[in-house]
Amino acid sequence: MSSEADQNNNRNNNCMIISNEFNKNTIDTATTFSPPNSRQHLAVVSNSSSSSRPPSPPPARTVGPPGSSTALRTKEPEPPVFEKGIAGEISANFGQMVQIIFIKPLRIKVAVEPSNIIKVATFLRDNLGFDHAESVAGTDYPKEDQIEVIYHLGSYSREDLAGQVLSIATRTNRDDARLPTLINIYKSVEYHERETFEMLGVYFEGHPRNERFLLPEDWADIPPLRKEFRIKGR
Amino acid sequence: MIKDLINPTHFNILVSKLGDTLVKALDKPLGFAINWGRIWSLWPVHLETACCSVEFGAASGPRYDVERFGIIEAFGSLRQCDLIVVQGTVTRKMAPRLRMVYDQMPDPKYVIAMGACAITGGLYVDSYNVLPGVDGIIPVDVYVPGCPPRPETLIQGTMLLQEKIKVSKIR
Amino acid sequence: MEDLEDRINESQKMGMQIIKESDDDRLMTLSVGPQHPGSGHFRFVVKLDGDYIVHCDPDPGYVHRGEEKMTEYRNFIQNIPHLERPVIHDSTNITYSYSLAVEELTGIEVPRRGQFIRAIASELNRQVYTLYWLAIYGIFLGHSTMFMWPTGDRELFIDLLEALTGARVTHAFNIPGGVRNDVPNGFKDRCLRQISYYEKRLKEYEDIFYNNPLVRQRTEGVGILTKEDAIRLGVTGSVLRASGVPYDIRKAEPYDVYNEIDFKVQYMKTADSFARAYVPFLDMRESCHILRQLLDKMPEAGEVRAKLQANPRGPPGEAYRRVESGRGSLGYYIISDGTPKPYRVKISVGSFRNMLALPHLLVGAKMGDMPVIYWALNYWPVEADR
Repeated sequence: MSSEADQNNNRNNNCMIISNEFNKNTIDTATTFSPPNSRQHLAVVSNSSSSSRPPSPPPARTVGPPGSSTALRTKEPEPPVFEKGIAGEISANFGQMVQIIFIKPLRIKVAVEPSNIIKVATFLRDNLGFDHAESVAGTDYPKEDQIEVIYHLGSYSREDLAGQVLSIATRTNRDDARLPTLINIYKSVEYHERETFEMLGVYFEGHPRNERFLLPEDWADIPPLRKEFRIKGR
Repeated sequence: MIKDLINPTHFNILVSKLGDTLVKALDKPLGFAINWGRIWSLWPVHLETACCSVEFGAASGPRYDVERFGIIEAFGSLRQCDLIVVQGTVTRKMAPRLRMVYDQMPDPKYVIAMGACAITGGLYVDSYNVLPGVDGIIPVDVYVPGCPPRPETLIQGTMLLQEKIKVSKIR
Repeated sequence: MEDLEDRINESQKMGMQIIKESDDDRLMTLSVGPQHPGSGHFRFVVKLDGDYIVHCDPDPGYVHRGEEKMTEYRNFIQNIPHLERPVIHDSTNITYSYSLAVEELTGIEVPRRGQFIRAIASELNRQVYTLYWLAIYGIFLGHSTMFMWPTGDRELFIDLLEALTGARVTHAFNIPGGVRNDVPNGFKDRCLRQISYYEKRLKEYEDIFYNNPLVRQRTEGVGILTKEDAIRLGVTGSVLRASGVPYDIRKAEPYDVYNEIDFKVQYMKTADSFARAYVPFLDMRESCHILRQLLDKMPEAGEVRAKLQANPRGPPGEAYRRVESGRGSLGYYIISDGTPKPYRVKISVGSFRNMLALPHLLVGAKMGDMPVIYWALNYWPVEADR
């Protein structure tokens, strides 16, 4: 998890320069609970600033994530209130088992150990109202010898959670990649987990069919999305 | 002499010589007629390989009407078709099926490779699942370039195929 | 006997159509394969008991070109041409979502006029895609007029897009930072004329197709997907809205200028195949209203894109942005590690998510209802395979 903290470090350093002008806008709009408003302030800012100054090269500043926080730091701009409430409920229930990676308007990321993921997912479905999983993405980090699998959860039944996407991330070893499946909680991950199995080699315990899905039947190579699989000619 | 003619060997030779002259006399007009029939009724197999199938579908629409060339999408079996248009990228999973479909079509059959991906692999030449061109597995008659080719380009490709069929010998 | 079983499985995998009797001698296995008029570039294996389907197993991957792996070898702008090929006739939507995610990662701002042009191109493309889908749906129901009319009408929209972007399909028009070029002269009048003509045509479509007694008989009551099932299976787009859930990304999470546009989310509650075929039609009508408002509110002059940089890059981070395309919500999850090339791009397409409804709906249906159910799911195989 160290690279995550480093990433947050870089992002926070770039955010602090503009945090003051954001606070003026976020305090007005983020107190209302409907998600479209919290996106609206981003549109307002970009409209006004496009006429006042030309866009400068990106590494100097970032406009996108106005609020990000880890569980430990307190000096960043205030994350949006509604999302903070959700994240607060999760950490209140699970304490040390989860780690909140970031809280942005409409996006929350939570990191969980593989052994706790089923409890956390059941809590999210039953108590918080996230009723389906949009997609499952696996990423290969050879430098840390880990594979991260991230589930994006959304909600169709609750109006106030309409645009929210909560991501749960777990990590496992590259050599013997095994994770518990979430198919009994969210049926919509069935084909996504199967695809992650064949593309990255992560075995989902409990999934009825850990088989080849999109690749040809005579595929005899390592899983293609691993970083050591190089495309020919590059 | 009549006794000579109805001698079996001589009769056979006479009949064969008669047959030869008949075929030589009729070869040109018969060939022309058969080729004319083939040109104006090319029926494509309904095998969509990848994204160029959208432009093939647009070519069957009212603006770029390929039905006036006789190309009707025959929704029957592929035993009645004589043209296979490889529309787009051929992946390694699709390649054996393409070869099987080509083998099942009766003679004479023609192949149009449509799109840059079917000719050389196109934009996806460095992907792990894409065949670099389809002429490694089936013999191609006409290459239609473009990504995707406009329907007019496809029609020009068909007309080139028609020219090719016109000068080919009937079998 | 095992030898025979193995050989039969081998040849099944090769897509041939063979008959395999099971133990109780009743079930027949059919492979609705890639060379089939009714299946597109997709294969699914069904087991039949008489005329009823008892088991269905989809087998995608015939157009799997490895898009996600290829994005890691090209920088953010070079990724646009090959990322728009999964749905070539809806290409502005699939690159719209990518541009939004990259802009969040790199911090590029899009000028206001550029946002409006992006939204206009997106709505025009939605019409083009939905008309093609309607054409395919009509012809596989046997209604060949419904193939010719939408294919002809969509040529008029393609003319507009060709005037705007330069290409019929695969426009490569959206880039991170805006759009490539400005609209030509007289575009707004041409667009408004086309929309008024098109609204009259939509009435004719309704008369000839949606009020056609044969079509109604074939599609009403077939393939019911209840609201709880739709939410549980995580379907998206018109399939979800036909089951009674009024969810549209343009309303739930408005991107660009959609928070200034006033429109209603179209949904139906009957949840059968007719509803799934009717909701895109209602969407098209609503899209005409949206287009009129967009053309009205577009600022008269201004920049259309941020200054183009050769190698845009941003700090390490990740972004997940979604857009409502013709098939449903199209999401991009991009992880960047500070270099100009993305570290990982995951595309979450509506077709792949809707594929889960296919075995659920086909089991228990008759084989003759298979095209009705399958094509109403708004499934584009090239996109699902990426």
